[in-house]
Amino acid sequence: MAMAQQRDSAGQGEAPAAFDPSRQYDVMVAGGGNAALCAAISARRTGASVIVVESASEFFRGGNTRHTRNMRCAHDAATDTLTGPYYEDEFWEDMLRVTGGQTDEHLCKMMIHESKDMLNWIVEQGVRFQAPIGGTLSLGRTNSFFLGGGRAMLNALYKTAKKLGIEIVYEAEVVGMDVEDGFFKSATVKHKGHDYVVRARALVAACGGFESNFEWLERGWGPAARNFLIRGTANNKGTVLDMLIKSGVQQIGDPTQCHAVAIDARAPKYDGGIITRLDCVVFGIVVNKLAQRFYDEGEDVWPKRYAIWGRLVAGQPDQIAYIVFDASSLKLFMPSLFPPIQSDTIEGLAQKLELEPAALAKTVADFNAAVRPGTFDPTVLDDCRTEGLTPAKTHWARKIEKGPFYAYPVRPGITFTYLGTKVNEESRMLMADGRPSANMFAAGEIMAGNVLGRGYAAGVGMTIGSVFGRIAGREAAKNARN
Amino acid sequence: MHATKALTEADRLMTVCNSCRYCEGLCAVFPAMEMRRNFEDGDLNYLANLCHNCGACFVDCQFSPPHEFNVNVPQNFARVRAESYGQYAWPFAMPGVFARNGLAISIVAALSIALFIIGFVAYANPAALYASGDEAGAFYRVMPHNTMAVIFGAAFAFGILGLVGSSLTFWRSTRRPDAPALTFADLLQAMKDAGSLRYLDGAGAGCYTSDEMTDSRRHAHHATFYGFLLCFASTSVATLYHYVLGRQAPYGWTELPVILGVLGGIGIVIGPIGLYVNKLKRKPETIDAESEGMNLAFIAMLFATGVTGLLLLVLRATPAMGILQALHLGVVFALFITMPYGKFVHGFYRYLALVRYAGEKKQLEAGGGVD
Repeated sequence: MAMAQQRDSAGQGEAPAAFDPSRQYDVMVAGGGNAALCAAISARRTGASVIVVESASEFFRGGNTRHTRNMRCAHDAATDTLTGPYYEDEFWEDMLRVTGGQTDEHLCKMMIHESKDMLNWIVEQGVRFQAPIGGTLSLGRTNSFFLGGGRAMLNALYKTAKKLGIEIVYEAEVVGMDVEDGFFKSATVKHKGHDYVVRARALVAACGGFESNFEWLERGWGPAARNFLIRGTANNKGTVLDMLIKSGVQQIGDPTQCHAVAIDARAPKYDGGIITRLDCVVFGIVVNKLAQRFYDEGEDVWPKRYAIWGRLVAGQPDQIAYIVFDASSLKLFMPSLFPPIQSDTIEGLAQKLELEPAALAKTVADFNAAVRPGTFDPTVLDDCRTEGLTPAKTHWARKIEKGPFYAYPVRPGITFTYLGTKVNEESRMLMADGRPSANMFAAGEIMAGNVLGRGYAAGVGMTIGSVFGRIAGREAAKNARN
Repeated sequence: MHATKALTEADRLMTVCNSCRYCEGLCAVFPAMEMRRNFEDGDLNYLANLCHNCGACFVDCQFSPPHEFNVNVPQNFARVRAESYGQYAWPFAMPGVFARNGLAISIVAALSIALFIIGFVAYANPAALYASGDEAGAFYRVMPHNTMAVIFGAAFAFGILGLVGSSLTFWRSTRRPDAPALTFADLLQAMKDAGSLRYLDGAGAGCYTSDEMTDSRRHAHHATFYGFLLCFASTSVATLYHYVLGRQAPYGWTELPVILGVLGGIGIVIGPIGLYVNKLKRKPETIDAESEGMNLAFIAMLFATGVTGLLLLVLRATPAMGILQALHLGVVFALFITMPYGKFVHGFYRYLALVRYAGEKKQLEAGGGVD
């Protein structure tokens, strides 16, 4: 085993004390988000020495957690921050529904049960929730909202971790791992141009999926993936996930699939977060770059419709589409970062969007001609629909006729990937042959596929991170002492 | 189009924040923002003056610098606030001049007045300057009471008129056509919110310094604000003593004007020190360097008022009294005449913004909306 510090000639900086080659930690946590910090804190509170290696800089620490806002936990009664009970049974039904049954029932029910105490435990770690108020997407009963959002939550966890004496190194990317027959010995960590070997008695992998790795996305999606936008961190390259699978850990979840929503095409490639989302599909029509409609915009209510449009747009030429609506809808949805593109005529709008004006005018005219009268109500599946149009718009169909006309360009925005490492109820990784790993644990997005094989329910990512993080840390600490 | 670069940036920031809303639980600014979809100059000046600059939203924001969205609400709002003081100043707007040079202007004004008084006395009656004794009427050796009352009454009236005019301008320009009617309950609610500095606590975590959250800034501000009120009360009581009871200053140590003045004086000495120390510890990114001159001027002048006032009290029976009194009068005079142009107005605009917010909140809860 390589114990000596390895240095390359390029870098200059001082070696952080945390990388002292004579040290062997009880637990090494790879990653720096909610799952990683819950694991680190839980391991430390169980008495272990802990090092956290986070590939991001201090500001960008925490992966996708910094873009989250809430956590879904079961509870039997209303609290200061939740408007009503959310029993374990209902949570389980919701998980069954969103995953279409692609979930490990045993693990998922355990997570739901453990989520109840998470509302207390996470608060003990310094995290604060806000009272349910406006703008919280009608989730006030089921989901607890972090006061100040995900970055505030992270700040609290990091503060606690520091106070507990957990070593944290930023800009520290795991680039190599020494794993023998399911037994973790050490990891090679790149930090400011140097490679360091970090030894630990147990590993917790909590470093996300592979959604920011375009080469990997291309394996599943072909060249279309190049046009995807990544809603969160640029650091989820799946390096550790790949190493674990190659060293014999059993994989779970569809290796190509990702959670994709339609977001504003003008968003940055990474880290655009919540403010680039658009929830106005239902108020107009969606056309591709040929100015043709391609799917029923009125199929379903949020959040189901939210999650299918990323995939739909990914299937269109150049992975771009345009939501077109008129003045009557402008104020019916949450404002977003970029203003809509605007024109007094449909033809003018088409020109600004670089679409064929005659084609867009015909699409809108055909749509308007097919709209049947009805009573518009955006809160229910109403009776406003088209007749004799393919594809139909089955609800909320209103003529697009009142100028000025508006459009948002949209592209697929990737939230997370489903591929992960198989774990058991100790959050311990299982090897391809079904045996549990001797000392490797996983938490968060890297193992989310165990309970979330597809789909998504708001706040479940954070539940997975916190619950399995807490378990993984505790079990890793126990494991290290045996 | 917005009147200034800072307002244009404030509009951009509020557009970003309004599509995120993660900070809505932190203070009054974000709920007030959510009641709007577009932001005119008046809206932005209102929101900026509603902001207490605790810094919580900056450390909580996933889009603050170095993120490319560069969201820094506390710093931009500090800029917008400073500009609003100049813009709404009455009778004449003073954009920028005071914000940049507030400290120098105040010190020069205070010293000039002090020197003028000393020079005047030295020319007219040199003996009075160094006379000692604290018999009734001793203060008026340097300047006869009536002269003092006329000069300072005029300076104070100028300050008050300016404050009233500025506050009215602020109130009118931040009012939307559909604003709720002003009620007594709103005035009362705002008084509670301002008096307790409800929104200077990072929603319970305290105010953000460079590495931790603390409540020390709120405490220092309380000492300053309530100290100032006590000094004001002391002067008011003394005025009553003079005109109603016909008793001349200086008063004994156990008399009300002195007790109020001592407590208040201590407040405006330790409060500004606390505020200054806090300033040094604040996250530098959240501070607007351009308006620091004005902010410093304000706490420096309050501090100087307190120190010269307390010294005058302690040394009033000695030959130093004359010079000290001239200094104290100079500082107070400078404080009065710069009131409508500097940081002093922040209390008035903040209060009015809180009144507006109290009304809007009620309107929203009743099912209405601002937009």
